[in-house]
Amino acid sequence: MPNTSVVIKGTKDGLSIALDPAVPLGDAANELTGRLTEALSFFHGARVVLDVGPRAMSESDWQRLQGVLSRSQIVLHSVVAEDEASRQAARAAGLHAAPPPARARPAQSRGAHAEVHTVGILIRRTLRSGAAERHTGHVVVLGDLNPGAEVVAGGDVVVWGSLRGVVHAGCMGDQEAVVCALYLAPTQLRLAGLVARPPDRGEGRPLGPEMARIRDGAIVVEAWDRAKR
Amino acid sequence: MANVITITSGKGGVGKTTATANLGTALAQRGCKVAVVDADIGLRNLDVVMGLENRIVYDLVDVVEGQCRLRQALIKDKRLPELYLLPAAQTRDKNAVDPKDMIKLCDQLREDFDFVLIDSPAGIEQGYKNAVAPADQVIVITTPEVSAVRDADRIIGLLESAEKRSPRLVINRLKPSMVKRGDMMDTADVLEILAIELLGIVPEDDSIVVSTNRGEPVALNGKTRAGMAFQNIARRLLGDEVPFPEFNDGPGLLGRLWGFVRSRPIDFKARN
Repeated sequence: MPNTSVVIKGTKDGLSIALDPAVPLGDAANELTGRLTEALSFFHGARVVLDVGPRAMSESDWQRLQGVLSRSQIVLHSVVAEDEASRQAARAAGLHAAPPPARARPAQSRGAHAEVHTVGILIRRTLRSGAAERHTGHVVVLGDLNPGAEVVAGGDVVVWGSLRGVVHAGCMGDQEAVVCALYLAPTQLRLAGLVARPPDRGEGRPLGPEMARIRDGAIVVEAWDRAKR
Repeated sequence: MANVITITSGKGGVGKTTATANLGTALAQRGCKVAVVDADIGLRNLDVVMGLENRIVYDLVDVVEGQCRLRQALIKDKRLPELYLLPAAQTRDKNAVDPKDMIKLCDQLREDFDFVLIDSPAGIEQGYKNAVAPADQVIVITTPEVSAVRDADRIIGLLESAEKRSPRLVINRLKPSMVKRGDMMDTADVLEILAIELLGIVPEDDSIVVSTNRGEPVALNGKTRAGMAFQNIARRLLGDEVPFPEFNDGPGLLGRLWGFVRSRPIDFKARN
């Protein structure tokens, strides 16, 4: 994917959206709009921080980005800018602005796709009805994912147990994302922009571990031992 | 010092009140001193099921608000001398009490009883929180229906995140004949999803309806199937090893719905 000017990452405080300072603001804003549309469900209810790096921003620039975000129903928690004048402009636009944390900002040369694949979390319990986990990277559940529970991940989802709930892998548009489970019987399965549900008439219960992936524009489930990696 | 046990379910109508009344009765028959507490403020039922409605003068909310002493509100059962009921208020709502009040109340009860059984209201809101706050143990009750199991799962998740001791499960209203035909979830189907310790299985029994309407808990008559099941649960609560009667020998509902073969890769129907 050619998405390089917008990097979306999960942090321990929520989600961070970083804009590449080398790309004109208009292009970055357009790409942001596209990325948000792809991954709307992921941002729902998340705490979002916008990082513009060293870019100089005026009050109207901030308002423009705010407009992009609010059209996707995202409320900014705060913004990060290196330039003091940009921070002041942000405050004038009614935003909470902060300088970048002391730690060096991560290199942005690798692009969004690679970035998504560098992190993951391990959930070491059964996710019961009502539980929801969201992460920009991969998610591994060591336990079951019960009906009524939900996992939304930017990368792959692996359930070492029974998967009976709802899973969305590659929620930011990654067509390569897969979902694996020892017992794959989801209520609903979403991969990138595709939604699938098991047939209404059962075609038999899974006999062993399976993997779901996108093949020729459709979600396909295959037994794990026959999957060609 | 008493064991405080809360009986809860998430879903309504699965048998919390019936189970509370019957377990209280069965434990008291075994010589334990038992208080059953109706935490379903505003929709009280436990007094009716136990046939004690006409003896209520004070209730739980009166105790919490200091209108009376705890002893004045406790109603002695008409059959078993070791069984007491603390009724809910009918004219108030769940917000009349908070979890701290319930903990304080149960600490008072602990001094005089071996078991305090709390009948939780349905739902996961204030009333449920009140009922669960003082519990040492929680019994989750479900029927073998997908919706009841879903709600039980939600409750178990909430209990886990509240770091309560792992709850135990009672499956109520199981119909062995329907399980045999594969028309009802069997015990294994339920346990596969909920994955907690099984405390008891209560078969469907018409005598429950009769006993509830008469205000005589079915556990008083150990000859009925449901009464026997509640007696067994009471024995397990007291630490006895009681084998589970074999109710299931069919494939169960889920097994039948899924069929048996899944030999080829399945193309999920994709919608965009």
